[in-house]
Amino acid sequence: MQAATQLDAAFLAMADPTRRAILARLAKGEATVAELAKPFNITQPSVSQHLKVLEDAGLILSRIDGTKRPRRLARAGVEAMDEWLAMLRKALERNYDRLDQVLAGMEHTKRGAKK
Amino acid sequence: MSKLELKTEGDTHIVVTRRFAAPPESVYRAHTDPKLIQKWLLGPEGWTMPVCEVDARPGGKFRYEWKNAQGSGFHITGEYVELKPSSRIVHVERMWLPDPTPDNHVDTRFDKDGAGTLMTIRMTLPDEKTRAGMLATGMAGGMEASYVRLEGLIPFGATA
Repeated sequence: MQAATQLDAAFLAMADPTRRAILARLAKGEATVAELAKPFNITQPSVSQHLKVLEDAGLILSRIDGTKRPRRLARAGVEAMDEWLAMLRKALERNYDRLDQVLAGMEHTKRGAKK
Repeated sequence: MSKLELKTEGDTHIVVTRRFAAPPESVYRAHTDPKLIQKWLLGPEGWTMPVCEVDARPGGKFRYEWKNAQGSGFHITGEYVELKPSSRIVHVERMWLPDPTPDNHVDTRFDKDGAGTLMTIRMTLPDEKTRAGMLATGMAGGMEASYVRLEGLIPFGATA
């Protein structure tokens, strides 16, 4: 249940284009709030807010470096999301594999009826 | 058989394509005949669809109910907007969890592709947030699944 709530938070965190851009930037390596604020042309408090959402969703981690708190991607959070997506995709593919069989059965019946 | 393809379009659309060996008449029938739908639209292993009511005509309603061995379940209700036999189904649907999710507008086309069919499903959600939120619930059997990966939003494997 807790895992599901975390996933929910992760997907909702991903619904915002700025947060997706921040994640894409962090995928290239660790960055500070100032470094993240610059390319997005938004204020540091605004970046900090986005970072909090991402951190609560388990998608990023921070460490203390003097007065700075550089952020990086959280492997576990991102992988949990990835695994969930793979599972959903598999379920959908299974639907259509089953439909292939249903269709093959229909074609077989049709041919049988013509004889 | 070609694999399923799934991509996002703009902020609110999701497009799914899949090829089938059978002709469009059959694929269309498998999407509108409740006896056939119950055989394949089941999602992950262990789920069944005990209730499948389909009134396949413009303005007609449908209702799908799923259940697993543990007794949990959920359902989807929808209305048909347009039906062109063997070629197109336009409908609106929502999932009850137990509150309804925002309406998903779904346009499904069945095009002749050699001896088989190319199916294209185009979904439209009310907004970007809804599209993302649907991912976490696996609505519509996980059709929105590859949102993150497909858009290349995070290069998975590149984590620190």
